[in-house]
Amino acid sequence: MLETFNFRVILEYMPLYMQCFAATLWLSAVSLIGALSVGIIACAMRLSAFRVVSSISGVYIESIRSTPLLAQLYFFYFGLPSLGIMLPEWVTGVFALTLNSGAYYAEIVRSGIQAIPNGQIEAGIASGLNYFQRMRYIILPQALGMTIRPMLGQAIVLVKDSSLLSLISIMELTRAGQLLTSDRFMPAEGFLTTAAFYLIIYYMLKGFSSWSEKRLIFREAH
Amino acid sequence: MWGFYFSELVRSLPFFIKGLWMTVAVSGLSLIMGTIIGFIWGIMRTSKNKVLRYLIGAWVDLIRGTPFLVQVFIVFFILPGIGIELEAFPAAVIALTNLAACFICEIVAGGILAVSSGQREAATASGLSAYQQLRYIILPQALRTILPPLVGQYVLLVKDSSVVSAIGVVDVTRVGWLTVQRIPEGIMVFGLVGILYFVICYPLINLSNTLERRMTVAATKL
Repeated sequence: MLETFNFRVILEYMPLYMQCFAATLWLSAVSLIGALSVGIIACAMRLSAFRVVSSISGVYIESIRSTPLLAQLYFFYFGLPSLGIMLPEWVTGVFALTLNSGAYYAEIVRSGIQAIPNGQIEAGIASGLNYFQRMRYIILPQALGMTIRPMLGQAIVLVKDSSLLSLISIMELTRAGQLLTSDRFMPAEGFLTTAAFYLIIYYMLKGFSSWSEKRLIFREAH
Repeated sequence: MWGFYFSELVRSLPFFIKGLWMTVAVSGLSLIMGTIIGFIWGIMRTSKNKVLRYLIGAWVDLIRGTPFLVQVFIVFFILPGIGIELEAFPAAVIALTNLAACFICEIVAGGILAVSSGQREAATASGLSAYQQLRYIILPQALRTILPPLVGQYVLLVKDSSVVSAIGVVDVTRVGWLTVQRIPEGIMVFGLVGILYFVICYPLINLSNTLERRMTVAATKL
């Protein structure tokens, strides 16, 4: 296979790949920001004392976690138009990715918050800190330290999941591989190059993950 | 119109059940083989052989760093180029088995490393062979840490199996995709697809949570 591996074609398609690489990056970045916000809101709702609010969020989280992203993506892609809502493909894609990762982020944030012993919250109340002060000075700094790794792990998953957007014909890295396969019938060149670009993102995020573990100092509770 | 589509959907229910069996077949086969291979790799990953450790680690990184969709395309489109012709079903099973093995390998290696080194030393001091150590001392204790995330991983793999619909394996997601061309009610069709996945995944998620609680209790009793 390697004897026939055609680097010239890869070079020829490089502008397309760079464009698609950028597309994957920004699609993932937008979805990541959205997912973090959705996750924090969903988690706050899940931990709410109001039964209704907490169960709405519970249904959202559980139904997202028990169904595949691809089914969710098709659900919105084919479902929204039948409700009369016409959106560009990329908006549907980002929307589905955001909702999907949001549910996982909600669980990550929740595990971080619940890992903080109750005594600290009680001590905070006893010291006269209000809800926001407790969140700001006691809970969040510790919860963030504990969750930074799973959060970056989920970010890696999100970038990889964005490859499914190619199935609703959004131009991104995997789509570039498909194009090379259909235009020139060169699947090896197409998909291995695609994989290489994903690996660049993966190793960067993974490196950042181990760096953050060493460098970002979050004081542990004693 | 809605009522008509609904009755049409009810009539194509057997088609969906067939798809469900395909999903169960692909993920079931891959999970069984992936678990076996994953355990072998995981044990090898914690062995003293440096080359072996490095090779498995590098392979796991490559697989974890690229989207499953790209891996499926590589198996399906590139292997024929080097003389291995594959139907969609075996290609899907190979790709999913490999993915499962890589994730399970990490879980198993983590579980083995979590067993305190004193146990291994005590076993060596008692004159147990390497195999006996693994069989009677290390693995039984490691299983306690391995089991909950293992079942959690199964859920992820069942969901990942939806991706193989992209190469034409007629699983639940593919059935949904085919049906929605005929019954243009995306919400209804993919709602049903979601329910079918939920039926498989939700009990597994609960099992994972129960195992986690049980294993923590058991560990504190020890």
